[in-house]
Amino acid sequence: MTERATATVDILHAPAQLSALEKCLLNEYQRGFPLCESPYAEIGRQLGVSETEVIDTLRSLLQRGLISRVGPVFNPNRAGASTLAAMAVPGERLDAVAALVSACDEVNHNYEREHHFNLWFVVTAPDEARVHAVLGDIEARTGIAVLDLPLECSFYIDLGFPLWC
Amino acid sequence: MVLNESDRKLVAAIQDGLPLVPHPYAVLAETLGTTEVDIIERLQRLQDDGMVKRMGVVVKHRSLGYHANAMVVWDIPDDAVDRVGSLLAAQECVTLCYQRPRRLPDWPYNLFCMIHGREREAVLRRLAQIIAANSLGDMPYEVLFSLRSFKQRGARYAARPATVTHG
Repeated sequence: MTERATATVDILHAPAQLSALEKCLLNEYQRGFPLCESPYAEIGRQLGVSETEVIDTLRSLLQRGLISRVGPVFNPNRAGASTLAAMAVPGERLDAVAALVSACDEVNHNYEREHHFNLWFVVTAPDEARVHAVLGDIEARTGIAVLDLPLECSFYIDLGFPLWC
Repeated sequence: MVLNESDRKLVAAIQDGLPLVPHPYAVLAETLGTTEVDIIERLQRLQDDGMVKRMGVVVKHRSLGYHANAMVVWDIPDDAVDRVGSLLAAQECVTLCYQRPRRLPDWPYNLFCMIHGREREAVLRRLAQIIAANSLGDMPYEVLFSLRSFKQRGARYAARPATVTHG
């Protein structure tokens, strides 16, 4: 492993079951994925391991549910239309309403949160009309009002998720 | 900036992730009936144009032990929202910071930030430090911890192609 691998990884605060290579891939490769013919070989070259090791390790992280994918993260308001939506769902209906919301292909995140507005989800679609149609459909099918909270301004430059902080 | 038809096909092909094979861009090129060089150049352009904000490993923070995920919502006077937003965004462990519309009377909050941590107490301590260090004590806020994740995947900006055609 090179200095790039060891310098930024705080072994003490990382989950114990992760190898040094896994920690490095998780921490150092959330952005700047190589755009060349053999990107995994390029990562291996940077870290002093083989292409096969990089691919096998990423596959294992994927299978263990520690990463959702290797790929692009789109800018929410540049690549299409999206919004954050919230609903105040009576406790006894929450599982059913959450399942209905999750079943929409346009919903990519759906969380229960501790609040009167207890269901929070993100709707993403090619255009705004489709986003509104999805919200309207959810309202119609549940009889519960949906708060539509689109992004107006982002103050954050997404550099990935800061692990071990 | 609007996605053109060929970009839309590329986005549809990669939004669920790159193939984990030695030449992933060549695989995409074959699927989309183009060349590996073309795919690489277009991905570079999507990043340069800001359409793609980053490319790499997308972690699942809950699986990695970051169970305390707090959405902190603030009611900030309109003329102060830029200043407070920039300030919050610069804090370590704040992973998103967005201005969104109020929906009165139900929803008075116009600034949202996310703080992740391993434990709830640590997140609340961190928040208290941020408030104290930046004199935000007068700003009304609420902390919404996540309880269950029902769904978490990448956004779909384009419909996936039903069939693969070449040329």
